Amino acid sequence: MTVELLAENVHLDFPLYHGTARSLKKTVFHSVTGRMSADSRQRVVVQALREISFRLQPGDRLGLIGRNGAGKSTLLRTLAGIYEPQGGRVRIHGSLNALLDPNLGMNPELTGRENITLRGQYHKLNPAAIRRLADDVAAFADLGDFIDLPVRIFSSGMVVRLGFALATAIRPQVLLMDEWFLAGDANFLEKARSRLEDLVRGAEILVLSTHMPSVIHEWCTRVIWLDQGRIVADGPADEVMEAYLAAPGR
Amino acid sequence: MTRLEIIASPGFVARSVLAGRDLYEAATMWRLCWTLSWLDIKLRYRGSVLGPFWLTLSTAIMIGSMGFLYAALFHMDLHKYLPFLALSIVLWNFLSLLVSDSCICFTSSESMIRSVRMPFTLYGGRVVLRNLLVLAHNIVVIIAVDLLLRINPGRVALLAIPAFLMWLVVALALAMLLGAMCARFRDIPPIIGSVMQMAFFVSAIIWRPEQLKDQEYLLVFNPFYTLLEIVRAPLMGEVPSLGVYVSAIGFSVGIILLSWSVFSRVRGRIAFWV
Repeated sequence: MTVELLAENVHLDFPLYHGTARSLKKTVFHSVTGRMSADSRQRVVVQALREISFRLQPGDRLGLIGRNGAGKSTLLRTLAGIYEPQGGRVRIHGSLNALLDPNLGMNPELTGRENITLRGQYHKLNPAAIRRLADDVAAFADLGDFIDLPVRIFSSGMVVRLGFALATAIRPQVLLMDEWFLAGDANFLEKARSRLEDLVRGAEILVLSTHMPSVIHEWCTRVIWLDQGRIVADGPADEVMEAYLAAPGR
Repeated sequence: MTRLEIIASPGFVARSVLAGRDLYEAATMWRLCWTLSWLDIKLRYRGSVLGPFWLTLSTAIMIGSMGFLYAALFHMDLHKYLPFLALSIVLWNFLSLLVSDSCICFTSSESMIRSVRMPFTLYGGRVVLRNLLVLAHNIVVIIAVDLLLRINPGRVALLAIPAFLMWLVVALALAMLLGAMCARFRDIPPIIGSVMQMAFFVSAIIWRPEQLKDQEYLLVFNPFYTLLEIVRAPLMGEVPSLGVYVSAIGFSVGIILLSWSVFSRVRGRIAFWV
Protein backbone atom coordinates (compact mmCIF):
# COMPACT_ATOMS: atom_id res chain seq x y z
CA MET A 1 0.00 0.00 0.00
CA THR A 2 1.38 3.39 -0.94
CA VAL A 3 1.50 6.50 1.19
CA GLU A 4 -1.63 8.55 0.67
CA LEU A 5 -3.54 11.46 2.12
CA LEU A 6 -7.18 11.84 1.25
CA ALA A 7 -9.74 14.42 2.31
CA GLU A 8 -13.26 13.83 1.09
CA ASN A 9 -15.92 16.50 1.39
CA VAL A 10 -14.63 17.57 4.80
CA HIS A 11 -17.03 19.77 6.68
CA LEU A 12 -16.19 21.20 10.08
CA ASP A 13 -17.98 23.61 12.38
CA PHE A 14 -16.17 25.15 15.25
CA PRO A 15 -18.47 25.65 18.22
CA LEU A 16 -17.62 28.69 20.31
CA TYR A 17 -18.36 28.22 23.96
CA HIS A 18 -18.48 31.43 25.83
CA GLY A 19 -20.78 33.03 28.34
CA THR A 20 -23.91 31.00 28.84
CA ALA A 21 -23.25 28.31 26.25
CA ARG A 22 -21.31 26.31 28.81
CA SER A 23 -23.90 26.61 31.52
CA LEU A 24 -25.43 23.37 32.70
CA LYS A 25 -28.42 25.24 34.11
CA LYS A 26 -29.35 26.72 30.74
CA THR A 27 -29.06 23.38 29.00
CA VAL A 28 -31.14 21.59 31.61
CA PHE A 29 -33.87 24.21 31.64
CA HIS A 30 -34.01 24.36 27.89
CA SER A 31 -34.32 20.63 27.58
CA VAL A 32 -37.02 20.61 30.24
CA THR A 33 -39.11 23.20 28.43
CA GLY A 34 -38.50 21.45 25.12
CA ARG A 35 -36.69 24.33 23.49
CA MET A 36 -33.42 22.48 23.35
CA SER A 37 -33.37 21.86 19.62
CA ALA A 38 -34.36 25.41 18.77
CA ASP A 39 -31.67 26.72 21.07
CA SER A 40 -28.89 24.45 20.03
CA ARG A 41 -29.18 26.04 16.57
CA GLN A 42 -28.58 29.44 18.12
CA ARG A 43 -25.22 28.38 19.52
CA VAL A 44 -22.41 30.41 18.00
CA VAL A 45 -20.74 28.25 15.41
CA VAL A 46 -17.90 29.19 13.11
CA GLN A 47 -18.14 27.45 9.77
CA ALA A 48 -14.48 26.55 9.70
CA LEU A 49 -14.28 24.16 6.74
CA ARG A 50 -16.70 23.46 3.92
CA GLU A 51 -16.57 20.85 1.12
CA ILE A 52 -12.84 20.30 1.28
CA SER A 53 -11.75 17.48 -1.02
CA PHE A 54 -8.32 16.59 -2.33
CA ARG A 55 -6.02 13.63 -2.65
CA LEU A 56 -2.25 13.59 -2.28
CA GLN A 57 0.16 10.94 -3.51
CA PRO A 58 3.86 10.36 -2.86
CA GLY A 59 5.89 13.28 -4.18
CA ASP A 60 3.12 15.84 -3.68
CA ARG A 61 4.11 19.12 -2.03
CA LEU A 62 0.92 20.97 -1.17
CA GLY A 63 0.82 24.57 -0.01
CA LEU A 64 -2.26 25.97 1.73
CA ILE A 65 -2.59 29.68 1.19
CA GLY A 66 -5.16 32.24 2.28
CA ARG A 67 -5.42 35.17 4.62
CA ASN A 68 -5.64 34.87 8.40
CA GLY A 69 -8.73 32.95 9.47
CA ALA A 70 -9.23 31.28 6.11
CA GLY A 71 -9.11 27.85 7.74
CA LYS A 72 -5.50 26.84 7.00
CA SER A 73 -4.56 25.87 10.54
CA THR A 74 -7.92 24.22 11.18
CA LEU A 75 -7.45 22.14 8.05
CA LEU A 76 -3.97 21.09 9.18
CA ARG A 77 -5.34 20.13 12.59
CA THR A 78 -8.12 18.16 10.92
CA LEU A 79 -5.63 16.31 8.72
CA ALA A 80 -3.56 15.60 11.83
CA GLY A 81 -6.59 13.95 13.44
CA ILE A 82 -6.85 16.48 16.25
CA TYR A 83 -10.21 17.91 15.22
CA GLU A 84 -12.73 15.41 13.94
CA PRO A 85 -14.92 16.75 11.15
CA GLN A 86 -18.72 16.68 11.32
CA GLY A 87 -18.97 15.62 7.70
CA GLY A 88 -16.85 13.78 5.18
CA ARG A 89 -13.73 11.80 5.95
CA VAL A 90 -9.98 12.01 6.21
CA ARG A 91 -7.70 9.08 5.44
CA ILE A 92 -3.97 8.91 5.90
CA HIS A 93 -1.77 5.94 5.07
CA GLY A 94 1.74 6.39 6.39
CA SER A 95 3.45 7.69 9.50
CA LEU A 96 2.46 11.23 10.32
CA ASN A 97 4.20 14.12 11.99
CA ALA A 98 2.47 17.44 12.42
CA LEU A 99 4.51 20.53 13.26
CA LEU A 100 1.74 22.85 14.29
CA ASP A 101 3.22 25.16 16.88
CA PRO A 102 6.75 25.51 18.20
CA ASN A 103 5.95 24.25 21.65
CA LEU A 104 3.86 21.32 20.48
CA GLY A 105 2.60 20.46 23.91
CA MET A 106 5.94 20.97 25.61
CA ASN A 107 5.54 21.49 29.33
CA PRO A 108 7.63 24.52 30.39
CA GLU A 109 7.94 23.23 33.94
CA LEU A 110 9.71 20.08 32.81
CA THR A 111 13.36 19.93 31.84
CA GLY A 112 14.48 19.75 28.23
CA ARG A 113 15.36 16.09 28.63
CA GLU A 114 12.01 15.21 30.17
CA ASN A 115 10.19 16.91 27.31
CA ILE A 116 12.31 14.99 24.82
CA THR A 117 11.57 11.72 26.61
CA LEU A 118 7.84 12.38 26.47
CA ARG A 119 8.00 13.06 22.74
CA GLY A 120 10.05 9.93 22.16
CA GLN A 121 7.58 7.84 24.11
CA TYR A 122 4.73 9.36 22.15
CA HIS A 123 6.38 8.03 19.02
CA LYS A 124 6.88 4.69 20.81
CA LEU A 125 10.67 4.78 20.70
CA ASN A 126 12.57 2.43 23.00
CA PRO A 127 14.79 3.85 25.79
CA ALA A 128 17.99 3.54 23.73
CA ALA A 129 16.43 5.41 20.80
CA ILE A 130 15.18 8.08 23.21
CA ARG A 131 18.73 8.60 24.52
CA ARG A 132 19.94 9.01 20.96
CA LEU A 133 17.07 11.43 20.29
CA ALA A 134 18.05 13.52 23.33
CA ASP A 135 21.69 13.68 22.22
CA ASP A 136 20.73 14.63 18.69
CA VAL A 137 18.30 17.34 19.82
CA ALA A 138 20.64 18.77 22.44
CA ALA A 139 23.49 18.96 19.94
CA PHE A 140 21.43 20.61 17.25
CA ALA A 141 19.66 23.05 19.55
CA ASP A 142 22.94 23.95 21.24
CA LEU A 143 21.48 23.50 24.70
CA GLY A 144 24.58 22.30 26.53
CA ASP A 145 23.91 21.83 30.23
CA PHE A 146 20.55 23.56 29.90
CA ILE A 147 19.03 20.27 28.76
CA ASP A 148 18.58 19.25 32.41
CA LEU A 149 16.98 22.53 33.45
CA PRO A 150 13.30 23.47 33.18
CA VAL A 151 12.29 24.83 29.77
CA ARG A 152 10.66 27.74 31.63
CA ILE A 153 14.06 29.37 32.23
CA PHE A 154 15.28 28.99 28.63
CA SER A 155 15.70 32.09 26.50
CA SER A 156 13.03 32.41 23.82
CA GLY A 157 15.63 31.54 21.17
CA MET A 158 16.47 28.33 23.00
CA VAL A 159 12.82 27.36 23.22
CA VAL A 160 12.39 27.83 19.48
CA ARG A 161 15.54 25.82 18.78
CA LEU A 162 14.48 23.02 21.11
CA GLY A 163 10.98 22.93 19.63
CA PHE A 164 12.35 22.90 16.12
CA ALA A 165 15.01 20.28 16.79
CA LEU A 166 12.54 18.03 18.54
CA ALA A 167 9.84 18.38 15.91
CA THR A 168 12.25 17.71 13.06
CA ALA A 169 14.05 14.81 14.75
CA ILE A 170 11.33 12.32 13.93
CA ARG A 171 11.06 11.59 10.24
CA PRO A 172 7.56 10.94 8.98
CA GLN A 173 6.19 9.85 5.62
CA VAL A 174 3.51 12.51 5.77
CA LEU A 175 4.60 15.89 7.08
CA LEU A 176 2.10 18.59 8.04
CA MET A 177 3.68 21.93 8.80
CA ASP A 178 2.56 25.38 9.87
CA GLU A 179 4.79 28.29 8.91
CA TRP A 180 6.01 28.92 12.48
CA PHE A 181 9.35 27.30 11.68
CA LEU A 182 10.25 30.32 9.60
CA ALA A 183 10.14 32.54 12.64
CA GLY A 184 13.57 32.38 14.18
CA ASP A 185 16.70 34.46 14.22
CA ALA A 186 18.62 34.61 10.94
CA ASN A 187 21.57 32.74 12.35
CA PHE A 188 19.45 29.82 13.35
CA LEU A 189 17.56 29.81 10.07
CA GLU A 190 20.74 29.03 8.18
CA LYS A 191 21.36 26.04 10.40
CA ALA A 192 17.73 25.01 10.37
CA ARG A 193 17.52 25.16 6.63
CA SER A 194 19.50 22.03 5.80
CA ARG A 195 17.79 20.04 8.53
CA LEU A 196 14.40 21.13 7.29
CA GLU A 197 15.28 20.40 3.68
CA ASP A 198 16.35 16.92 4.72
CA LEU A 199 13.10 16.36 6.52
CA VAL A 200 10.95 17.67 3.69
CA ARG A 201 12.84 15.62 1.12
CA GLY A 202 12.52 12.55 3.30
CA ALA A 203 8.76 12.97 3.58
CA GLU A 204 6.73 11.52 0.77
CA ILE A 205 3.89 13.98 1.24
CA LEU A 206 4.15 17.55 2.50
CA VAL A 207 1.33 19.88 3.47
CA LEU A 208 2.45 23.38 4.34
CA SER A 209 0.30 26.26 5.48
CA THR A 210 1.46 29.83 4.98
CA HIS A 211 0.42 33.26 3.85
CA MET A 212 3.82 34.09 2.40
CA PRO A 213 4.09 33.63 -1.39
CA SER A 214 7.88 33.21 -1.18
CA VAL A 215 7.49 30.09 0.93
CA ILE A 216 5.14 28.57 -1.62
CA HIS A 217 7.51 29.30 -4.52
CA GLU A 218 10.30 27.56 -2.74
CA TRP A 219 8.66 24.43 -1.37
CA CYS A 220 5.41 23.62 -3.12
CA THR A 221 4.33 22.06 -6.38
CA ARG A 222 0.62 22.32 -5.79
CA VAL A 223 -1.41 25.00 -4.04
CA ILE A 224 -4.86 25.12 -2.51
CA TRP A 225 -6.21 28.61 -1.93
CA LEU A 226 -8.62 28.75 0.97
CA ASP A 227 -11.04 31.50 1.79
CA GLN A 228 -13.66 31.38 4.55
CA GLY A 229 -13.20 27.64 4.88
CA ARG A 230 -13.77 26.86 1.22
CA ILE A 231 -11.42 25.95 -1.60
CA VAL A 232 -11.21 28.90 -4.00
CA ALA A 233 -8.64 27.35 -6.31
CA ASP A 234 -6.63 24.14 -6.46
CA GLY A 235 -3.88 23.49 -9.00
CA PRO A 236 -0.21 23.83 -9.92
CA ALA A 237 1.63 26.29 -7.70
CA ASP A 238 2.34 28.92 -10.36
CA GLU A 239 -1.20 29.15 -11.68
CA VAL A 240 -2.91 29.38 -8.32
CA MET A 241 -0.38 31.85 -6.96
CA GLU A 242 -0.88 34.11 -9.97
CA ALA A 243 -4.61 34.18 -9.35
CA TYR A 244 -4.14 34.61 -5.60
CA LEU A 245 -1.76 37.54 -5.97
CA ALA A 246 -4.02 39.20 -8.52
CA ALA A 247 -7.15 38.84 -6.39
CA PRO A 248 -8.41 42.13 -5.00
CA GLY A 249 -8.62 42.52 -1.23
CA ARG A 250 -6.87 39.26 -0.48
CA MET B 1 2.14 1.05 7.87
CA THR B 2 0.34 3.51 10.10
CA ARG B 3 -3.22 4.10 9.05
CA LEU B 4 -5.50 6.81 10.22
CA GLU B 5 -9.07 6.99 9.05
CA ILE B 6 -11.51 9.53 10.40
CA ILE B 7 -15.11 9.28 9.27
CA ALA B 8 -17.56 11.93 10.41
CA SER B 9 -20.71 11.21 12.43
CA PRO B 10 -20.53 7.41 12.48
CA GLY B 11 -23.36 5.21 13.71
CA PHE B 12 -23.59 3.45 17.06
CA VAL B 13 -21.45 0.44 16.14
CA ALA B 14 -18.73 2.49 14.44
CA ARG B 15 -18.68 4.89 17.42
CA SER B 16 -18.13 2.02 19.82
CA VAL B 17 -15.39 0.60 17.62
CA LEU B 18 -13.65 3.99 17.59
CA ALA B 19 -13.94 4.29 21.36
CA GLY B 20 -12.54 0.78 21.69
CA ARG B 21 -9.65 1.68 19.43
CA ASP B 22 -8.97 4.73 21.58
CA LEU B 23 -8.74 2.41 24.60
CA TYR B 24 -6.45 0.00 22.78
CA GLU B 25 -4.13 2.73 21.50
CA ALA B 26 -3.84 4.16 25.00
CA ALA B 27 -2.85 0.71 26.25
CA THR B 28 -0.05 0.50 23.69
CA MET B 29 1.26 3.83 25.02
CA TRP B 30 1.46 2.73 28.66
CA ARG B 31 5.07 3.86 28.87
CA LEU B 32 4.12 7.45 28.04
CA CYS B 33 1.20 7.30 30.44
CA TRP B 34 3.48 6.16 33.24
CA THR B 35 6.07 8.88 32.57
CA LEU B 36 3.38 11.58 32.46
CA SER B 37 1.94 10.45 35.80
CA TRP B 38 5.32 10.17 37.44
CA LEU B 39 6.37 13.62 36.19
CA ASP B 40 3.10 15.08 37.54
CA ILE B 41 4.04 13.92 41.03
CA LYS B 42 7.67 14.91 40.62
CA LEU B 43 6.73 18.39 39.41
CA ARG B 44 4.44 19.00 42.34
CA TYR B 45 7.27 18.36 44.79
CA ARG B 46 10.26 19.54 42.80
CA GLY B 47 12.61 21.47 45.05
CA SER B 48 11.16 20.24 48.35
CA VAL B 49 13.28 18.24 50.77
CA LEU B 50 10.83 15.45 51.54
CA GLY B 51 9.39 15.34 48.03
CA PRO B 52 6.27 13.21 47.70
CA PHE B 53 6.76 12.04 51.29
CA TRP B 54 5.08 15.27 52.31
CA LEU B 55 1.93 13.38 51.36
CA THR B 56 2.78 10.65 53.84
CA LEU B 57 3.60 13.13 56.56
CA SER B 58 0.49 15.25 56.19
CA THR B 59 -1.72 12.16 56.12
CA ALA B 60 -0.01 10.84 59.24
CA ILE B 61 -0.51 14.12 61.09
CA MET B 62 -4.15 14.32 60.06
CA ILE B 63 -4.88 10.76 61.15
CA GLY B 64 -2.97 11.17 64.40
CA SER B 65 -4.80 14.32 65.43
CA MET B 66 -8.24 13.19 64.28
CA GLY B 67 -7.72 9.79 65.90
CA PHE B 68 -7.31 11.21 69.40
CA LEU B 69 -10.12 13.73 69.02
CA TYR B 70 -12.78 11.40 67.65
CA ALA B 71 -11.84 8.46 69.87
CA ALA B 72 -12.58 10.77 72.80
CA LEU B 73 -15.74 12.22 71.20
CA PHE B 74 -17.19 8.82 70.31
CA HIS B 75 -15.94 7.16 73.52
CA MET B 76 -14.02 4.56 71.56
CA ASP B 77 -10.91 2.57 72.33
CA LEU B 78 -8.05 4.27 70.48
CA HIS B 79 -6.48 0.89 69.72
CA LYS B 80 -9.55 -0.12 67.78
CA TYR B 81 -10.41 3.28 66.34
CA LEU B 82 -7.03 4.41 65.04
CA PRO B 83 -6.47 1.56 62.51
CA PHE B 84 -10.04 2.04 61.27
CA LEU B 85 -9.54 5.77 60.84
CA ALA B 86 -6.15 5.37 59.13
CA LEU B 87 -7.63 2.98 56.56
CA SER B 88 -10.73 5.07 56.03
CA ILE B 89 -8.93 8.36 55.58
CA VAL B 90 -6.25 7.00 53.25
CA LEU B 91 -8.75 5.16 51.05
CA TRP B 92 -11.21 8.04 51.06
CA ASN B 93 -8.51 10.55 50.15
CA PHE B 94 -7.66 8.35 47.20
CA LEU B 95 -11.28 8.27 46.04
CA SER B 96 -11.97 11.92 46.58
CA LEU B 97 -8.76 13.16 44.95
CA LEU B 98 -9.45 10.83 42.07
CA VAL B 99 -12.89 12.35 41.56
CA SER B 100 -11.65 15.94 41.69
CA ASP B 101 -8.75 15.10 39.38
CA SER B 102 -11.17 13.43 36.98
CA CYS B 103 -12.99 16.74 36.59
CA ILE B 104 -9.87 18.34 35.11
CA CYS B 105 -8.81 15.20 33.25
CA PHE B 106 -9.06 16.85 29.83
CA THR B 107 -9.17 20.57 30.61
CA SER B 108 -5.77 20.46 32.31
CA SER B 109 -4.18 18.88 29.22
CA GLU B 110 -5.64 21.43 26.83
CA SER B 111 -2.39 22.33 25.07
CA MET B 112 -1.49 18.69 24.51
CA ILE B 113 -4.94 17.78 23.20
CA ARG B 114 -4.78 20.64 20.73
CA SER B 115 -1.30 19.92 19.46
CA VAL B 116 -1.05 16.17 18.97
CA ARG B 117 -3.48 13.37 18.27
CA MET B 118 -3.44 11.19 21.33
CA PRO B 119 -5.94 8.58 22.54
CA PHE B 120 -8.16 10.28 25.11
CA THR B 121 -8.10 7.22 27.35
CA LEU B 122 -4.45 8.04 27.96
CA TYR B 123 -5.45 11.18 29.86
CA GLY B 124 -7.82 9.10 31.97
CA GLY B 125 -5.10 6.55 32.62
CA ARG B 126 -2.81 9.37 33.67
CA VAL B 127 -5.31 10.53 36.31
CA VAL B 128 -5.68 6.99 37.69
CA LEU B 129 -1.94 6.27 37.72
CA ARG B 130 -1.09 9.59 39.30
CA ASN B 131 -3.51 8.94 42.14
CA LEU B 132 -2.22 5.41 42.54
CA LEU B 133 1.24 6.87 43.09
CA VAL B 134 -0.15 9.20 45.75
CA LEU B 135 -1.90 6.25 47.39
CA ALA B 136 1.33 4.29 47.40
CA HIS B 137 2.91 7.02 49.52
CA ASN B 138 -0.01 7.12 51.92
CA ILE B 139 -0.19 3.37 52.43
CA VAL B 140 2.95 3.74 54.53
CA VAL B 141 0.77 5.34 57.22
CA ILE B 142 -1.60 2.35 57.33
CA ILE B 143 1.30 -0.06 57.58
CA ALA B 144 2.91 2.00 60.33
CA VAL B 145 -0.30 2.13 62.37
CA ASP B 146 -0.88 -1.62 61.94
CA LEU B 147 2.69 -2.44 62.94
CA LEU B 148 2.60 -0.09 65.90
CA LEU B 149 -0.62 -1.55 67.26
CA ARG B 150 0.28 -5.10 66.17
CA ILE B 151 -2.78 -5.58 64.01
CA ASN B 152 -2.99 -8.40 61.50
CA PRO B 153 -6.17 -8.61 59.42
CA GLY B 154 -5.38 -12.23 58.42
CA ARG B 155 -6.11 -13.91 55.12
CA VAL B 156 -9.45 -12.17 54.70
CA ALA B 157 -7.40 -9.17 53.58
CA LEU B 158 -6.82 -10.91 50.24
CA LEU B 159 -10.47 -10.16 49.42
CA ALA B 160 -9.42 -6.52 49.07
CA ILE B 161 -7.36 -7.33 45.96
CA PRO B 162 -10.17 -8.09 43.48
CA ALA B 163 -12.16 -5.23 44.97
CA PHE B 164 -9.26 -2.87 44.44
CA LEU B 165 -8.85 -4.02 40.84
CA MET B 166 -12.50 -3.20 40.32
CA TRP B 167 -11.81 0.23 41.77
CA LEU B 168 -9.20 0.85 39.11
CA VAL B 169 -11.59 0.01 36.28
CA VAL B 170 -14.30 2.21 37.79
CA ALA B 171 -11.71 4.96 38.33
CA LEU B 172 -10.78 4.96 34.65
CA ALA B 173 -14.45 5.02 33.65
CA LEU B 174 -15.10 7.89 36.05
CA ALA B 175 -12.13 9.91 34.78
CA MET B 176 -13.40 9.62 31.20
CA LEU B 177 -17.00 10.41 32.18
CA LEU B 178 -16.33 13.35 34.50
CA GLY B 179 -13.47 14.61 32.33
CA ALA B 180 -15.75 14.89 29.30
CA MET B 181 -18.73 16.31 31.21
CA CYS B 182 -16.62 18.90 33.01
CA ALA B 183 -14.95 19.98 29.77
CA ARG B 184 -18.35 20.69 28.25
CA PHE B 185 -20.13 22.16 31.27
CA ARG B 186 -17.87 24.25 33.40
CA ASP B 187 -20.21 24.38 36.37
CA ILE B 188 -20.06 20.67 37.06
CA PRO B 189 -16.74 20.65 39.02
CA PRO B 190 -18.09 22.80 41.90
CA ILE B 191 -21.20 20.58 42.05
CA ILE B 192 -19.03 17.47 42.25
CA GLY B 193 -16.92 19.18 44.91
CA SER B 194 -19.87 19.75 47.19
CA VAL B 195 -21.23 16.24 46.60
CA MET B 196 -17.88 14.78 47.65
CA GLN B 197 -17.79 16.95 50.76
CA MET B 198 -21.21 15.73 51.77
CA ALA B 199 -20.26 12.14 50.93
CA PHE B 200 -17.34 12.38 53.35
CA PHE B 201 -19.71 12.88 56.26
CA VAL B 202 -22.43 10.37 55.32
CA SER B 203 -20.21 7.49 54.24
CA ALA B 204 -18.99 6.08 57.56
CA ILE B 205 -15.45 7.34 57.25
CA ILE B 206 -14.84 8.95 60.61
CA TRP B 207 -17.65 7.08 62.37
CA ARG B 208 -18.17 3.35 62.37
CA PRO B 209 -21.17 1.86 60.53
CA GLU B 210 -22.30 0.07 63.74
CA GLN B 211 -22.95 3.45 65.31
CA LEU B 212 -26.05 3.77 63.12
CA LYS B 213 -27.57 0.80 65.00
CA ASP B 214 -31.01 -0.03 63.45
CA GLN B 215 -30.45 2.20 60.45
CA GLU B 216 -27.22 0.55 59.38
CA TYR B 217 -28.97 -1.20 56.47
CA LEU B 218 -29.55 2.22 54.84
CA LEU B 219 -25.84 2.48 54.09
CA VAL B 220 -26.13 -0.04 51.23
CA PHE B 221 -27.86 2.66 49.22
CA ASN B 222 -24.84 4.88 49.51
CA PRO B 223 -22.46 3.97 46.66
CA PHE B 224 -19.59 5.83 48.28
CA TYR B 225 -19.94 3.68 51.37
CA THR B 226 -20.31 0.32 49.63
CA LEU B 227 -17.44 0.99 47.25
CA LEU B 228 -15.24 1.99 50.16
CA GLU B 229 -16.36 -0.95 52.28
CA ILE B 230 -15.43 -3.69 49.76
CA VAL B 231 -11.79 -2.67 50.10
CA ARG B 232 -11.76 -1.43 53.68
CA ALA B 233 -13.58 -4.26 55.48
CA PRO B 234 -11.27 -7.07 54.29
CA LEU B 235 -8.25 -5.01 55.35
CA MET B 236 -9.74 -4.88 58.85
CA GLY B 237 -10.26 -8.62 58.86
CA GLU B 238 -13.99 -8.53 58.15
CA VAL B 239 -15.97 -9.93 55.22
CA PRO B 240 -18.34 -7.35 53.68
CA SER B 241 -22.00 -8.39 53.59
CA LEU B 242 -23.64 -9.62 50.41
CA GLY B 243 -25.74 -6.45 50.24
CA VAL B 244 -22.59 -4.33 50.23
CA TYR B 245 -21.11 -6.37 47.39
CA VAL B 246 -24.28 -6.29 45.31
CA SER B 247 -24.58 -2.54 45.73
CA ALA B 248 -20.90 -1.85 44.98
CA ILE B 249 -20.85 -4.04 41.88
CA GLY B 250 -24.18 -2.66 40.70
CA PHE B 251 -23.04 0.94 40.96
CA SER B 252 -19.72 0.10 39.31
CA VAL B 253 -21.37 -1.53 36.33
CA GLY B 254 -23.67 1.48 36.09
CA ILE B 255 -20.77 3.93 36.07
CA ILE B 256 -18.86 1.89 33.49
CA LEU B 257 -21.85 1.62 31.13
CA LEU B 258 -22.68 5.30 31.48
CA SER B 259 -19.08 6.28 30.92
CA TRP B 260 -18.80 4.11 27.82
CA SER B 261 -21.97 5.46 26.26
CA VAL B 262 -21.03 9.08 26.98
CA PHE B 263 -17.42 8.70 25.89
CA SER B 264 -18.16 6.87 22.65
CA ARG B 265 -20.69 9.59 21.83
CA VAL B 266 -18.55 12.65 22.59
CA ARG B 267 -15.02 11.39 21.86
CA GLY B 268 -14.73 13.42 18.65
CA ARG B 269 -15.97 16.57 20.36
CA ILE B 270 -13.61 16.76 23.32
CA ALA B 271 -10.90 18.58 21.32
CA PHE B 272 -13.39 21.39 20.66
CA TRP B 273 -14.45 21.63 24.31
CA VAL B 274 -11.18 21.95 26.16
